[in-house]
Amino acid sequence: MTEVGIKLAFSLAQIAVVMGIVLLTVMILTLAERKVLGWMQDRMGPMEVGPYGILQPIADGLKLFFKEDIVPAGASKFLFSLAPILALVPALIGFAVIPFGPNKTIELFGYQFQPFVISDINIGILYILAFTSIGAYGIILGGWSSNNKYSLLGGLRAAAQVISYELNVGLAIVGVLLLAGSLSLVKITEAQSGGFWHWYVFAFPFPQIFAFVVYVISSVAETNRLPFDLPEAESELVAGFFTEYSGMRFAFFFLAEYANMILVSCIAAALFLGGWNAPYPGTLVERLGLEGLAWVEGVVWFAAKVYFFLFLFFWLRATLPRLRYDQLMRFGWKVMLPIALGNILVTAIAAYLFPR
Amino acid sequence: MSHLFFLYFAGVIVATSILVVALRNPVYSALSLLIMFFHVAGLYVTLHAEFLAAVQIIVYAGAILVLYLFVVMLLNVKRDERYHVQAPAAAFLGLVLLTEVVLLVSQRAYQTAPAGLPAADQAGNTETIGEVLYSTYLFPFEVASLILLVAMIGAIILAKKNIDEC
Repeated sequence: MTEVGIKLAFSLAQIAVVMGIVLLTVMILTLAERKVLGWMQDRMGPMEVGPYGILQPIADGLKLFFKEDIVPAGASKFLFSLAPILALVPALIGFAVIPFGPNKTIELFGYQFQPFVISDINIGILYILAFTSIGAYGIILGGWSSNNKYSLLGGLRAAAQVISYELNVGLAIVGVLLLAGSLSLVKITEAQSGGFWHWYVFAFPFPQIFAFVVYVISSVAETNRLPFDLPEAESELVAGFFTEYSGMRFAFFFLAEYANMILVSCIAAALFLGGWNAPYPGTLVERLGLEGLAWVEGVVWFAAKVYFFLFLFFWLRATLPRLRYDQLMRFGWKVMLPIALGNILVTAIAAYLFPR
Repeated sequence: MSHLFFLYFAGVIVATSILVVALRNPVYSALSLLIMFFHVAGLYVTLHAEFLAAVQIIVYAGAILVLYLFVVMLLNVKRDERYHVQAPAAAFLGLVLLTEVVLLVSQRAYQTAPAGLPAADQAGNTETIGEVLYSTYLFPFEVASLILLVAMIGAIILAKKNIDEC
């Protein structure tokens, strides 16, 4: 019983740390997004709260917390309350299988623990795909239960968009899985060690560069970010599926969107850019003679890659106009899908001809 | 312990399946179906079929049920009374199925849990499923994909307004 207890306590501590970091990153992101957008548009961004506006996220959080919680007349109250939770939980639950650092074990009270991954299950990537697809229910039901035409339209758009682009995400990943021969994110990351030419974006026998592009574009669409933010297109649908939401319920949708951004960035970093592997063989810290601290370098590289993707999200938002709905569908089904399928075909042949 | 899990999953599956047909609001029906899919996936996990569990959620909960919801919301069906017309047929079918279940249970009596392929427990079941699917069950697999292809072509033909145009 003590073994179970200690392992449970360790897992809970891991979960608490990961959730804390994710929520902290969301806070930073809300500020970073407004700052980056401001700079790209030659503005200052938020400047009022604290020096250079760095306390803005706290002010925003407090404001959302104290807002009146309104349930619109004629809304389905149960689903209206359930929808934000359904959106947020799947976004956070996916972090359970992300390897944040080197796959080493530490010994604590005589038991083995992996400090940098909460759970290394052998269907890791499928687990994430399964739960991100559940996140769509929050949006759809939020749109439906609000008893508002704009919300309903937003929800419908979300349903169609998520189904279309989820397919592309899944197919883009298949190429990497063919090369790695595993569904576990830990094993996939480990297979990419030893320099950036081993990362699956560039890897022999067939670089997954097309899959990478398809994955990045589709994941932007799946997280409902610009230029694919049709479910919440403010110039057409007021605010889409969360038009009627206020206070903490709105904050939940907001958190879910940002947590999803972080999650897809983590997956992209782990699958295509080598996860915590440095772009050169080994680690610099190790060569300096500090083997015990090699994990710091791994975690820093992972964070750097994730933040690169998050910056890409902001960059796209500042650069591109929103797609029209028919353009979105045509692009997803007639451009992305054939590329992803072709990539699988070529990768399969290459992996067969040049087995590792 | 595993019996407790089984009883929980089985109980929720039965309850939500009844709710799917008993609830008047189609959106709530779809939601109970969602809960049911999750618990079926949970049942697979207790049987160490993690791959099947993940695919169950991705395919059924992630794609098919979203499409159901899409249609329900698009048609904006509020309440439906059509179930009453089918009551006699449903009662007959239910009786037949109940007889089957009773017969099966009485014949099998008590058996130990069905053993999976022994190889599946060693190599991780994703690899094993792949190997078995493309060797032992290659023919049924190809037939299934052919049937799906036919269904796809059928859907395209139905959706096309004027076939002569293309």
